[in-house]
Amino acid sequence: MSDDEVADDLRRRVADLLAAHDPATTDRLEFLRARFDAGLAWVHYPEGLGGLGLPRAMQSVVDAELEKADAPDNEPRRIGIGLGMAAPTILAFGTDEQKKRFLRPLWTGEEVWCQLFSEPGAGSDLAALATRAVRDGDTWVVNGQKVWTSVAHKARWAILVARSDPDQPKHAGMTYFVCDMTDPGIDVRPLRQITGEAEFNEVFLTDVRIPDENRLGAVGDGWRVAMGTLMNERVAIGGGSAPRESGMIGVVADTWRKRPEVRTPGTHDRLMRLWVEAEVARLTGKRLQQKLASGEPGPEGSAMKLVFARLSQELSGLELELLGEEGLRYSDWTMTRPEIVEFTGRDAGYRYLRAKGNSIEGGTSEVLRNIIAERVLGLPPEHRDDKDVPWKDLPR
Amino acid sequence: MNQSTQSRETSADVNLLYTDVEDSLRDSVRSLLADRCPADRVIAAYDGDHDLGAELWPTLATDLGLAGLLVPEDMGGQGASAREAAVVLEELGRFAAPVPFLTSAVIATSIALRARETELVRKLAAGTATAALAVPFSSGAATFGSDVLRTEEDVLRGSVANVAGAHDADILFVPVPTEAGFEVHLVDVSEVTMTSVVSLDMTRRLADIEFMDAPCEVLIDATDGAAAVRDALELGAALLASEQVGVAEWCLESTVAYLKERRQFGRIVGGFQAIKHRLADLWVEVESARAAARYAAATAADGDPDRRVATSLAQAYCSGAAVHAAEECVQLHGGIGMTWEHPAHLYLKRAKADQLAFGTAEGHRATLAGLVDLQA
Ligand SMILES: Cc1cc2nc3c(=O)[nH]c(=O)nc-3n(C[C@H](O)[C@H](O)[C@H](O)COP(=O)(O)OP(=O)(O)OC[C@H]3O[C@@H](n4cnc5c(N)ncnc54)[C@H](O)[C@@H]3O)c2cc1C
Repeated sequence: MSDDEVADDLRRRVADLLAAHDPATTDRLEFLRARFDAGLAWVHYPEGLGGLGLPRAMQSVVDAELEKADAPDNEPRRIGIGLGMAAPTILAFGTDEQKKRFLRPLWTGEEVWCQLFSEPGAGSDLAALATRAVRDGDTWVVNGQKVWTSVAHKARWAILVARSDPDQPKHAGMTYFVCDMTDPGIDVRPLRQITGEAEFNEVFLTDVRIPDENRLGAVGDGWRVAMGTLMNERVAIGGGSAPRESGMIGVVADTWRKRPEVRTPGTHDRLMRLWVEAEVARLTGKRLQQKLASGEPGPEGSAMKLVFARLSQELSGLELELLGEEGLRYSDWTMTRPEIVEFTGRDAGYRYLRAKGNSIEGGTSEVLRNIIAERVLGLPPEHRDDKDVPWKDLPR
Repeated sequence: MNQSTQSRETSADVNLLYTDVEDSLRDSVRSLLADRCPADRVIAAYDGDHDLGAELWPTLATDLGLAGLLVPEDMGGQGASAREAAVVLEELGRFAAPVPFLTSAVIATSIALRARETELVRKLAAGTATAALAVPFSSGAATFGSDVLRTEEDVLRGSVANVAGAHDADILFVPVPTEAGFEVHLVDVSEVTMTSVVSLDMTRRLADIEFMDAPCEVLIDATDGAAAVRDALELGAALLASEQVGVAEWCLESTVAYLKERRQFGRIVGGFQAIKHRLADLWVEVESARAAARYAAATAADGDPDRRVATSLAQAYCSGAAVHAAEECVQLHGGIGMTWEHPAHLYLKRAKADQLAFGTAEGHRATLAGLVDLQA
């Protein structure tokens, strides 16, 4: 089929969905489930798992049709970790039962996911993690502490990496799990961040029991699975094929258009430089996506995330300066536990502060530069004393 | 929908990758240049030896058909689009090749095509004639002008400085302001006085041209002259971005290769993190420039309504990226990067001159501000 024929076919499928489940009268969740079952959730996923095995780019045809029909969406901002990280990992490494069990409620947003990777002693050096998973027959018993866990307080499930074999060198002895956040051994405590809110948390795991059927990938293969997740995370944060002036540049450009009184020659020059960079970054992301077609993200995704973080920070900084006196005020420092991770929401002060996290979360910009230098350019790796030493013998 | 919001829309399905046809064209240009365009001979241009360009261009123009790349097949050309021309320019940039592809086969040829001068187009396509647009190389589409006037005796009088490609040309296309607008005249180079300029980039030599009662012939009349020149310069600017990508790519690749070999302090220098991070950032910049240049080439090829945004965007970004890559290349080669013998300076000079060509980055940002409704 040509692209046009595929698009026609998709439009027909959307029309059938809309005819059978009129969004105006159908319950939201029921509609989303029907959309998933019709293969129109994410068309690049396989049939039976919310997709039709089509190129990723064809999704825009579906989205446009559904938007025209005023159909409800799955509130992607509320379930970003599930969509961007858990789902691709489950798809790539999960068993058939796991895919069937988890993907549908993940996509519809019935079940929110969080990511239990970072620990107090293992951030950039994720492979140093110390949370232990000990096998006990058909279950694993997990003990340890995770940190910086975004929206853990809303999550039903987590993707979790834990140490299953401390006698192996650090990259070898890890295993990847799906962890039930309702387990009595899970204790989620808010961690307040510089915006005033507690978007992320500390998560203490005490004798958490995970059935072996919730293991993702082989025992000891956790690092490889986790790398798959992180590549997807970087694309999810930095990539995408959004239209021109999406995200932070759109917010600042709007301010510029609506408020002639804030304009000065110096800020105009900065605005136009950043507009150029943001638009070039968008095209670079689009080019990357065309390259990936439906394949897996590689280290190039790191480049997108790197640029995205810098631009968000510069743009949100510029916005505060544009606002001048008004930029001295902040909306609200009250500690809340938000349901969604917002990069461009709330007020300019919030955006400025939240953007600081963009160069830390999902791999710091320094670490991303190491990745590009080593994996794309083939430059020598960082010096490491700890690579071949059993994890239990490492200095801590 | 008003015009400004319209110009914020982009073309969703523009292909930003290289097609198989483009890749195979690249291969043939690259292998020819690898063979015939060694850096030491390119450097010789700075000492007054211009033989390389004179040998190289006929081969590229006719053997590879590059002179007629953008000319339709029924006029003796290859019938290719701006996308293919962009790929050729990437390669010419990688070698800092001293040939008039951009000035004759792209810019001047677009004017001849616009004039529907079939015989002239055929000659250009066959490489039996080479042409140049007689404007300063720095002229941007938004700002070009001309002091050359047509007298009552129907001859041209005046001068133009810093014209690129004139040394290689037999024919000049000269914008001439009249009361009704710009005309474009055809002038034979034998009728003008041409003085070589010692230019920053001797791989694209410039000339000062004086018209002292030069016989002329109207190629495009005042109804379309200004638009023709503007479109030609815009096409030049759109495709120069690909040359800049080629320059930047060479600089990055050669620097990475050198730093994988070079040892100091008992280590490979490319293993120092300060160096790795600079090179990683440069790689991101080069890949970003590539996306911008591809978008400019693709929209120029399709006559896409977004092409003016794409062109100014590409120039605003790629011109600086090429300069940055060349400057990093010199710095990260250490002393050897400062030598006459090492080719790094060819790219530095090309990149810096290109940055000033067809309007500055600042000028293009001003153009963009108007196009996307972000006025000062
Ligand atoms: C807003 C936010 C949300 C987050 N959400 C989650 C989440 O949901 N789940 C989760 O698991 N984690 C989450 N994280 C954690 C995040 O992934 C880590 O913070 C990050 O990987 C850095 O680890 P660290 O904080 O331990 O810093 P460190 O690794 O200790 O880094 C400290 C500094 O050293 C630099 N550095 C470290 N190693 C190197 C090196 N080799 N070369 C050069 N410089 C280096 C770093 O770049 C940084 O500047 C979140 C973080 C933030 C800020």
